[in-house]
Amino acid sequence: MTAISASEDRLEFSHLRLGEIVKQGVLAALIVVALTIGLVGFRTVDAAGGLTVTTRFGDVIAAAVIAFIGRILVVLLEDRRARLVAPVAGALAVLIFIMLLGSVLFGDNVGRVLHALLPFNDPIVMWIVGIAAAVLSIRAILQLRSTATEHETAEAREARATRFAATVKKVSIFVAPILLVLAIVFPFLPGVDRRLLDIGILVTTYVMLGWGLNIVVGLAGLLDLGYVAFYAVGAYSYALLGTYYGASFWICLPFAGIMAAFAGILLGFPVLRLRGDYLAIVTLGFGEMIRIVLINWYDFTGGPNGISGIPRPSFFGLPFERTAADGAATFHSFFGLTYSPYDRIVFLYYLILVLALVTNFFTLRIRKLPIGRAWEALREDEIACKSLGISPRNTKLTAFAIGAMFAGFAGAFFATRQGFVSPESFTFIESAVILAIVVLGGFGSQLGIVLAAVLLIGLPEFFRELQEYRMLAFGGAMVLIMLWRPAGLLAHRSPTLLLGAKS
Amino acid sequence: MQGTFEYFLNQLINGVTLGSIYGLIAVGYTMVYGIIGMINFAHGEIFMIGAFNALIAFLVLGLIGLTWIPLALLIVLIVSMLLTAAYGWSLERLAYKPLRRSPRLAALITAIGMSIFLQNYVQLLQGARNKPIQPVVSGGIELIRSGDYIVSLSYMQMIIIGLTIILMTIFSLMIARTSFGRAQRACEQDRDMAALMGVNVDQTISLTFVTGAMLASVAGLMFLLYYGVIDFYIGFLAGIKAFTAAVLGGIGSLPGAMLGGLLIGLIEAFWSGYFSLEYKDVAAFSILVLVLIFRPTGLLGRPDIEKV
Repeated sequence: MTAISASEDRLEFSHLRLGEIVKQGVLAALIVVALTIGLVGFRTVDAAGGLTVTTRFGDVIAAAVIAFIGRILVVLLEDRRARLVAPVAGALAVLIFIMLLGSVLFGDNVGRVLHALLPFNDPIVMWIVGIAAAVLSIRAILQLRSTATEHETAEAREARATRFAATVKKVSIFVAPILLVLAIVFPFLPGVDRRLLDIGILVTTYVMLGWGLNIVVGLAGLLDLGYVAFYAVGAYSYALLGTYYGASFWICLPFAGIMAAFAGILLGFPVLRLRGDYLAIVTLGFGEMIRIVLINWYDFTGGPNGISGIPRPSFFGLPFERTAADGAATFHSFFGLTYSPYDRIVFLYYLILVLALVTNFFTLRIRKLPIGRAWEALREDEIACKSLGISPRNTKLTAFAIGAMFAGFAGAFFATRQGFVSPESFTFIESAVILAIVVLGGFGSQLGIVLAAVLLIGLPEFFRELQEYRMLAFGGAMVLIMLWRPAGLLAHRSPTLLLGAKS
Repeated sequence: MQGTFEYFLNQLINGVTLGSIYGLIAVGYTMVYGIIGMINFAHGEIFMIGAFNALIAFLVLGLIGLTWIPLALLIVLIVSMLLTAAYGWSLERLAYKPLRRSPRLAALITAIGMSIFLQNYVQLLQGARNKPIQPVVSGGIELIRSGDYIVSLSYMQMIIIGLTIILMTIFSLMIARTSFGRAQRACEQDRDMAALMGVNVDQTISLTFVTGAMLASVAGLMFLLYYGVIDFYIGFLAGIKAFTAAVLGGIGSLPGAMLGGLLIGLIEAFWSGYFSLEYKDVAAFSILVLVLIFRPTGLLGRPDIEKV
């Protein structure tokens, strides 16, 4: 602790003593022991007479040693002894990678021996350690190369991020159309198979949800932790109408939006006076309430079993089936194509793409309307808004309602895509993921949300095989990205309109 | 049955027990909110880790052959508090400290990220199955017997309520009398000013997380003993309810957190006793909404002064 604060404040520079460095390392090792001795050192297992424990002390010792070495290297780096850190960390990284890839480099037998020498049962832990060592050595090399900017202040970092965002904004004028074209031709690109297209649909759904939530959080500045409730309202609206009355998707879509918007107003009224974290917790509570009602209102919602057999969408009345029920035309027969189950997936992809683009277009346009301006003004200063005659009540309610409406649309799409809804799909974690996409993208940045959705939703889908590590990595990534760029990936929080700025 | 006084008394005891557990967790939320103004979303997970540390400590003691219950309980309590405190400290150091000068939402996102991370970390290390243990403390005293219906106060409930009272007394004294308490309150009022007056702000914040984690780990131990079964997911709901309790009592206020915890516990117990078990969580949240509408700063919170 002292090492860090000292190295930040000091103008005159002198290196730390060896004893101090070792002390830091020992402290880190001790903390890691305290962290791991319980949960890693012992594993609870089911046995004949109830629970019992097995031990894994080797892992605890290995973790402590790694923490000791790692902490010393970090302290040295902060002490500006990069000349020492770079080769050591680099050598460690190379050593770990060679041992991990032993079977590829030297054949199976040697590989097995090398693997056995590594601590931890699962090689993935050592991969992470190796990558961390590599990052450390790269940072040391960077430090060696630039001697001038040692400790960037937070303000400087912020300013750089803002400049970066401004550049992004300029570039985005060119990037956005390219991305759009890419998104449109995506299903027909070579190498795009059904799995990839499914991931595309999933990512686009989250992009749409992110854009919808951005209206509430990014523009109006209302922290909503229960956004998934509106998604659920939309999904159940379509599921119920579709299964009970056989209403078609296109009739239900606006209705699902209206229902969700209504739910948004319903939630909005009592929480109008709340701000910040109080608002967050009440919206969270609302999200949970909706889910509990969905689980327990058995007669209406089917309880935990959910609703299945939700009608699939049709291409303006033309179903995507091999044969239509009563000899009516199907999509492929109407257009004289051969039947392919792939058609429906492509159609779903375009459906969500159009819905998402509508959301985006709406957001971009409404920012320039009085109501959009009022949202941003309200976000910046509520009292000033009141004194200028903007009604916070109406402004907040419209933000809630419109944000919820888009979630309702997305929900109806979700229901028709899955053909099945259950309360399981609408847990708090979904709200957290959507909020994370908005915040990681940088508030108000439409392009940032796309980037964040691809990173958080698309990327993990490729690592399905690492199923058990997926959510762990997801949580870890949320923390790391936020620490790396606290204002979001593509942050720009400047008001749309500024006095004196040329428009 | 439901109309009798005995039934009422039983629900009251259950409610107070449950409320003690929520209250201990809520203190952690309220202190962290008071000092750095953020929702420590991962606090529920700290509670869950406390419960797991306690479970493992119990099992290890059982293997060693230590069977005298009071001593075993004391050892488990101390071990679980120390190990969980390390989690509280590391959480602050790794996920929150670097973001202290950043937008508040950034810290909230890392908190949610840490919450997801810790849940899956425990699931990965200890497995997703329920972890049941044999009842450690059994028996109790009969308070009232009317016909077949017995109102009893189990020893377990007595331990929970008693321990909560003791801990809260120690804790209140610590905040009121010790130098750490003074530093804590000073940082709560104005961190920069406190730093200028020679308060070690970083250390105070770290200690706040450590004490919060310790209290949460005690709550975890109680939860384990009271319900006899835990899994990696218990932190979420308990955390949300404890946060609700902190908001209900007025966030930033210590007596408020305890009062809020007690109220949430009582609401839950009475609602499940008299109305429906399924909607008890809805009841707790509805009360929260009602309180916030009519008293936006909670029951014991100070009103915010708006500066223009």
